[in-house]
This record gives sequence, C-alpha cells and structure tokens, in this order.
Amino acid sequence: MRLLPCLRWPGVTLPLVLLTTSCASSTDERKPVKAQEERKPAPDFALKDSTGQTVKLSEYRGKVVLLNFWATWCAPCRIEIPWFKEFETTYKDRGFAVLGVAMDEEGWEVVKPYVDDMQVNYRVLMGTEMVGEQYGGVGALPTTFLIDREGKIASTHVGLVSKSDYEQEINDLLGQAAGISRRSAVRGAPAVVVGAGQ
Amino acid sequence: MNSDRPHEEYLIPLRLTWDDALLQVKRLTYPKATDEIYEFSQTPLSVFSREFRIGTLFDVPASVPPGSHIVVGKLRYQACNNTTCFPPKTVEVKLPVEIE
Repeated sequence: MRLLPCLRWPGVTLPLVLLTTSCASSTDERKPVKAQEERKPAPDFALKDSTGQTVKLSEYRGKVVLLNFWATWCAPCRIEIPWFKEFETTYKDRGFAVLGVAMDEEGWEVVKPYVDDMQVNYRVLMGTEMVGEQYGGVGALPTTFLIDREGKIASTHVGLVSKSDYEQEINDLLGQAAGISRRSAVRGAPAVVVGAGQ
Repeated sequence: MNSDRPHEEYLIPLRLTWDDALLQVKRLTYPKATDEIYEFSQTPLSVFSREFRIGTLFDVPASVPPGSHIVVGKLRYQACNNTTCFPPKTVEVKLPVEIE
C-alpha cells in the first residue's frame, strides 16, 4: 500500500488561504465624546474579580468609567494598560475608575500572573461571552467604552487609540456638569459650569 | 496572523494538528515567517501575512484500506491588524486523500 504521487512529500501540501481581516481603525481621526442625548445606557453586568468577588457595573454609577475589554495575547492591549494605570492614579479622586475585562479563554490562570506582573492598579474582571455580546460582540481587542456618570456610553473605541485621545475624553466627561456636555456648552448652553462635576 | 513561532511568549502560535485515527503525521512543515513591524509593537512580530501553505508528510498504516478517505485536522490561529487583534479561532480542516 502506498500513497498516490500527489500525496508524496513534498507534494503533500495543504493550501490554506488565511488572510488577516482588515478592520477600520479608530486612530484615524479624533472623535469627541457623544452628545448626551445620543448616548445609550451601558449594559449592566456582574463579573468576578481575581478574588472571586462579584462586581457590578451599576456600582460605579456616578463615576466616569473606562471599560476596557482586553486579553493577554493581544499586543495592542498591552500598550494601553500602562496608560490606564496612569489614568486610574491621576483621575481616581475626581470620580473616575478603570475596569478591565479580560477575555482570555484560559481565565485567571493566565490573566492573574500578567496583572500581578504589571502591577495593575485598577479592577480587572473575568469576561464572559454573554457580557461580550451585551457590548456588541467585542469581536476585536482592545475594545474600550467610556461611560459617563449616568451610566451611558459616551464613546467607543475598537483598536489601539492614542493616549491623548483617551485623556481628552476622560477630561471632557469628568468636566461635565450633570446633564450637559462640554460640547453642548460650547454650542450655546449658557449656564453650564464646566469642570465642576465630581 | 502569528506564525508558528512568534517571538513573544504571550502570543498565540499558528498550529495545525491532524486527527491520527487514519494516517500518522510523520512531518509537519510550516512556511517561513516574515518579521513585520506593527503600530502597536516596537519590535518585529513573526507573522504570516499572505497566502501560505503548510506541508504534511503522512505515514499510511498497513491497516488503512485503499480508496478515498478524508483526513481531518484543526487549525488554530490568531490574527491582528495594525491596531486590533482578533480572538483566537480553531477551524476544522478536511483533506481528501486517495490511498492505493
């Protein structure tokens, strides 16, 4: 018994056409946070942190939240994590928090060592497929949502974004008085005190 | 997508595995990867970024009857573009073979 010639080495080749998918980059232009009337509520979730404690997004109502979906195998995510640590330190006292949602299939076994090694200073939760679906599938990482104090999504970024874009958006949201955005104020809402919101 | 031998330990390598129920894999050869720089990486990444072929040399056990067969395998890969990475995927691969 023998293989037909077409299966002999080195003729046995498996043609595999696997091309990376091109995807729209969010780094191409600066998009300000959405006007408040355009924002939709961020779906609530309950996920566990590395200690087993359940954390709900709704517990963060009243704060500006940077919700970052990431994974240890995602190189661009690793670029952003030191920025998010810095944001947590810089803006925490102004009513800001970072929540990292890890999407690694292997769970804490791979996530916890990385988080410990990186000395991540914000809360990291283990994501689930269901929560990913709630946020539009999270088919690409990093995917990051900035959520305003009322629990509404003010901006969405798929892919690596510049640090300054995040900083500007965080400051926009932290600076907003309840109910009116800075953009709205610029457009002519007269009685807004920008920068007083805590 | 990441090659079979990415430079960084945390990256998920390309892997082709064959179900050995029918034929036995004698040798598996991945193509030569290229090193490319991406926006998110200061060092080159080892990737397959165009069409490529993976070669497999099979041993045919004497117990395999002549005729048409399908060898089934799995390909696991993880891809990125310049700013974004996509979750790892495993796809089934079916290879028709003719045993004489």
